[in-house]
Amino acid sequence: MNYFDQSLSSIHKQLVNKEISAKNLTQQTLDNIKSVDNDINAFITVDDEGALKKAADVDAKGIDADNLLSGMPIAIKDNMVTKGLTTTAASKILENFKPIYDATAVDKLNKLGTITVGKTNMDEFAMGGSTENSAFKITHNPWDTTKVPGGSSGGSAAAVAAGEVIAALGSDTGGSIRQPASFNGVVGMKPTYGRVSRWGLIAFGSSLDQIGPITRNVSDNATIMNAIAGHDEHDLTSSTKEVPDFTSTLNKGVKGMKIGIPTEFMAQGLDDDIKQTVLDTAETFKKLGATVEEVSLPHTKYGVAAYYIISSSEASSNLQRFDGIRYGRRAKDVKDLEDLYVKSRSEGFGDEVKRRIMLGTFSLSAGFYDAYFKKAAQVRTLMINDFTNVFKDYDLILAPTAPTPAYGIGEDVSDPMTMYMNDVLTLPVNLAGLPGMSIPAGFSKGLPVGVQLIGRPYDELTVYQAGSAFEQETNFAKQTPKMGGNN
Amino acid sequence: MNFETTIGLEVHVELKTNSKIFSPSPVEFGDEPNSNTNVIDWGYPGVLPTTNKGVVHDGIMAGLALHAQIERHPHFDRKNYFYPDNPKAYQITQSETPIAHDGWVEIDVDGKKKKIGIAEMHIEEDAGKNSHASEYSYVDLNRQGTPLIEIVSKPDISSPDEAYAYLEQLRQVIQFTGVSDVKMEQGSMRVDVNISVRPVGQQEYGTKTELKNLNSFTYVKKGLAFEEARHQRVLMSGGKIAQETRRFDESTGQTILMRTKEGSDDYRYFPEPDLPVLNISQDWIDEIQSELPEAPAKRRERYVNELGITDYDAMVITQTKEMSDFFDKMIAAGADAKLAANYLQGDVNAYMNDNQVELQDTKITPEHLATMIKLISDGTISSKMAKKVFKAITNGEEPKKFVEDKGMVQLSDPAKLQPIVDEVVAANPQSVEDFHNGKDRVIGFLVGQIMKQTHGKANPQVINKMLKDSMSK
Amino acid sequence: MTEKISEDQVKHVAELAKLKIADDQLPYFTTQLDQIIGLFETLSEVDTDGVEPTSSVTDQINVMRDDIAEDWHQRQALLDNAPDTADGYIRVPTIIDESGDNE
Repeated sequence: MNYFDQSLSSIHKQLVNKEISAKNLTQQTLDNIKSVDNDINAFITVDDEGALKKAADVDAKGIDADNLLSGMPIAIKDNMVTKGLTTTAASKILENFKPIYDATAVDKLNKLGTITVGKTNMDEFAMGGSTENSAFKITHNPWDTTKVPGGSSGGSAAAVAAGEVIAALGSDTGGSIRQPASFNGVVGMKPTYGRVSRWGLIAFGSSLDQIGPITRNVSDNATIMNAIAGHDEHDLTSSTKEVPDFTSTLNKGVKGMKIGIPTEFMAQGLDDDIKQTVLDTAETFKKLGATVEEVSLPHTKYGVAAYYIISSSEASSNLQRFDGIRYGRRAKDVKDLEDLYVKSRSEGFGDEVKRRIMLGTFSLSAGFYDAYFKKAAQVRTLMINDFTNVFKDYDLILAPTAPTPAYGIGEDVSDPMTMYMNDVLTLPVNLAGLPGMSIPAGFSKGLPVGVQLIGRPYDELTVYQAGSAFEQETNFAKQTPKMGGNN
Repeated sequence: MNFETTIGLEVHVELKTNSKIFSPSPVEFGDEPNSNTNVIDWGYPGVLPTTNKGVVHDGIMAGLALHAQIERHPHFDRKNYFYPDNPKAYQITQSETPIAHDGWVEIDVDGKKKKIGIAEMHIEEDAGKNSHASEYSYVDLNRQGTPLIEIVSKPDISSPDEAYAYLEQLRQVIQFTGVSDVKMEQGSMRVDVNISVRPVGQQEYGTKTELKNLNSFTYVKKGLAFEEARHQRVLMSGGKIAQETRRFDESTGQTILMRTKEGSDDYRYFPEPDLPVLNISQDWIDEIQSELPEAPAKRRERYVNELGITDYDAMVITQTKEMSDFFDKMIAAGADAKLAANYLQGDVNAYMNDNQVELQDTKITPEHLATMIKLISDGTISSKMAKKVFKAITNGEEPKKFVEDKGMVQLSDPAKLQPIVDEVVAANPQSVEDFHNGKDRVIGFLVGQIMKQTHGKANPQVINKMLKDSMSK
Repeated sequence: MTEKISEDQVKHVAELAKLKIADDQLPYFTTQLDQIIGLFETLSEVDTDGVEPTSSVTDQINVMRDDIAEDWHQRQALLDNAPDTADGYIRVPTIIDESGDNE
C-alpha cells in the first residue's frame, strides 16, 4: 500500500467493507515504509510490534463505520511524547528516552483508533528549517532526493508526500509545518495558538508552538484537526472556545470572500516562481468569486529578529531541564556535579541547539533583557496589531509560504542567518498566534511550491473553506513524486 | 562612632493546600522519597504547569491579613538556575507582579509600638530536597512544587529584638489565617536574613551580609546580634564588610563564612508563557476578606477590654488560632474568662506539651472544659477534685456525668454539713479553746477533720465559714 | 564593524547555560552569534514607546485548577527511567557547594 491517490475516506471505505483489515493495512504500510524509507529516511523509529498489536485490537473491536480514523495508520513527529515508544526530538540527549505518558493530541487520535507506525525525523528540538539538524539522519525530499524536505517537520511531510502514511502530525513554531508542507507538495495546517493542547509536545517556543496535521488533501487535514483540537485541562493556554466541525465549510466556496496579499511578504526576495505561484493562486480565487487586493503588514521585516529573540529565549529556558539527571542521556566519566551538567548537555546537544540556547540566554541576561527580549515582545505587539488591522476589512490573507522551493541538502546548513531569513513569511503567523495553512499551489522546476492561507484567530473554518475551494478547482494536490530516483 | 542597623527578613511560608502549586500531586510530608510526584514535578519533556486556585486564594488571604494591597493582574515569572533539586532548572515564581505588596505588622518591643512594612509577598513553588553523603547526593522531589508564600520586609527593622518581634507577629498573623502551620521546627516557615550597619547619619546603606541556617526565632536574634556586633567591630577598626553569606553556628553562637557573593546571580527572569495571567476581581477579594478569621490583635483587644483578662493572658491565648477559637467557644459556653484563661495556660498547655499534641488533636472540648469550670465556680467540685475531672476531660468524658458517676459532687449544702461540723467541733474542745485564744490555724486542722469524715467531699470554703460561725457562738 | 558579542561574552553565556564551547569552536560560534545579534539590533529602529510587551497569545485569562490532590501513580515508572537511583532517591555526584536557592 502506498498512499498516492488515497484519502482518509477511500481507505476507510476499504476497511469498513472489509476489503482489508486494519492489521493487513498496517502490515502493508510497514512493508512500504521499509522499502521507501531507505531513500527518504523520514522515520527515526518504526514501531512494527506496537502498531500491529494496536491494529489487531482495532480489528477485534471492529472498524467504526462512522469514524474515518478508525484503524488508520499515521506517523507522529518525534517531539511528541508517545508512551512506551522512544521519543528523541531528534537529539542525542534523548536518544533512548521512553516517555511514560502520551501527548494529548496523540492520545486523542489513539482513542479514535489510529495506529502509530512510527516517529518521524525532524530538526533537533524543532530548531531548523531543513531537518538537517537532526542528530540521527538526513531526510530526503521525495520529489528530488538531493533536496531537503524542509523543517523542522521534514520527516512528517516527506512521509506523507512519499506515500508512506496518509497523514502525520507535525509541530510549528516559526513555520515548521507549513514550510515542509510547501517543499513536499502536501497540506500542512498550524492552528490558532491554543486550539490544540501542547501537553506532551516537547517545548521549544512555549508562546509559539502548536501541533497540526500534515495530509495529502484539505479535507483529511480538517478531519484530523477535528480530532485533535479542544481544551485540555493539562494545558491552561489551550482555548475553551467551542471546536466547530472543520469539515463543514469545505464546499462553501469563496464567493464574496475578501482576500489580502501582504505587499511586504511579496517583497521578501522571493524566487520568481514563488511570486508567480501566489499571483496565479490569486487569479484562481478571483475566478471563484473572491476579491483579492494588496494589504500591508508594515512591521514584517522585523519579524525574524523578534521571533528569534523570543523563541530562543523561551527555548533556552525550556531546554535547561535536559541534564541527564532524571531521564535521557547522562554523560559517563564525570568527576563532579558540574561536570555532569556540562558534559551531558554539551555532548547531547547539536550546534544549532547550542546556538539558540546561547542566543536566548544572552537575550534574557542581565543588562540585555530590555534591549532584546522586552523589545522583541513589544515589536510582537505591533505585528499583532498589523494583522488585526488587516482582518478588519479582509477575511483571509494569501501569501507565499517560503521564498524558494526545496534547496539542496548541505547548501544552507552552514549559514544560520540564511536559514533564519527563510522563515520570514511563516513566523509572523506564530508571533500573532493565527491559523495558517500551506497548500500545494504550483511547481518550480519540478519541485512543489505551496501558498499560505492565514486566517483570523480561531477562524480555521475560513482557511479550510478557501483551501478546499482552491484544491477542488486545481489539481496540484493530486500530483505525486516519482519514487525511486530523482524526478 | 554610633551605628544604625538595618535588617531585612525574607520569610518563606509553606501553604497547607491539598495539592501542589503547579501540579496536582498531593502536598504531604514524611512519605517515601518521590512518592508524591508526577511527570510535572520531575520536569519531564512536554509537561506544563497548572495554577492551583487554592494557592492564589491563600496568597490573597495572607496579603489581606497583613494589610497589603492585592495585585489585580498578577502573572508568574521563571527564575532560571541549575540545581538537582530544581527539576525544570527554573522555578516558577513572581518577580514582576507579586500577589500583594505594601503590607505591615505592628510590633511591640519593650513597650514601644512600631509598624514594620512588608515590601511584597509572592507565591512560588518550593524545590525538592537534597541529602548528601560522601560520594553522592540524593534527590527527593516530594517537596518540589509545594506552594510557598515569600514575604519580604521593608528596611524598617533596626535591631535583632525587632526582628524577633516581627517574626513572632508575622507567624501569629499567618497562623490565624489557617493557610499555614508556620512552624520553623517543621520547615513550614523558613527565614533568611540580611543585615547591614552604617554610621548614624550616613545616607547609603552599608554592605549587606546574609545569614543562613537559622532554625528558630531565638537563633535569628542571636545570629543577628552577633553579626551586628561583627559589622560594628570591622567598621570601627576601619575595615570593610565583604558581601558574604554566613552560616550561624548554634553551638558557638557565631557566624561563619559560607561563601562570598561575587556579583549577583543572573536568573534571567521572564514572564511564564505557560500560565495565563490572572484577573483578581474585587468580588473575590471581598469574599476572601469576609472569610478572614478575626485577627489576633483584634482578639487580644476584645479579651482585655471586654472580658477583662490580662494582656499577658491574652497574649498566651492568641498564640494559635486554635487556642483562641477554643477560648471563644468556652466563653460562649458560659465559662468565666479568667478561669478559662488560667486553665488554657496551665493544665491544657501542660497536657499538650507532655503528650506532644496539638489542641485540636486532643479530646478536650471547649464545652466540657467550660462545664468543668462552672462546676468549680459554683462549688459543685473542689479544686482538688478538678484535677481528676480534667484528666477525664482529656479522655473525652463529659464532666457533669463523670462527677456524678464518681460521686464527686462536693458537699456544700449547709443543712447536710451542719451535723458534721457540730460533731467535729464537739469532739475537739481543745481546738475550740485554741481558736478563742486567737490560734486561727486550728481552723485548718478542723477543716481537715471534716474533710476526712466526708472523704474529701466537703466544700472547704463553706465548712471554713461554718466552723467559724459555730465556734464564734 | 562593531562587535555585538565578544568571545568572553560567549563563554560567559555558555557557562550560564552549562555548555562547554571548545576553544577551537569559540571563534566559529562567536562569529555566528555576532551576526545574528546584529540582526536583533535592527529592532532598535522600531518606536515602541508605550507599547505593551506580548508574552503570550493565548485567549485564556484567569484560568486555574481546583485544589484537588491527584495521585498519577507514576513513581515507579519515573524512577525506572532515571539514569541513576538508590532507594527511591535520584542519585547524583555529591553536591559540594550549597548554592541551592531554596534551602
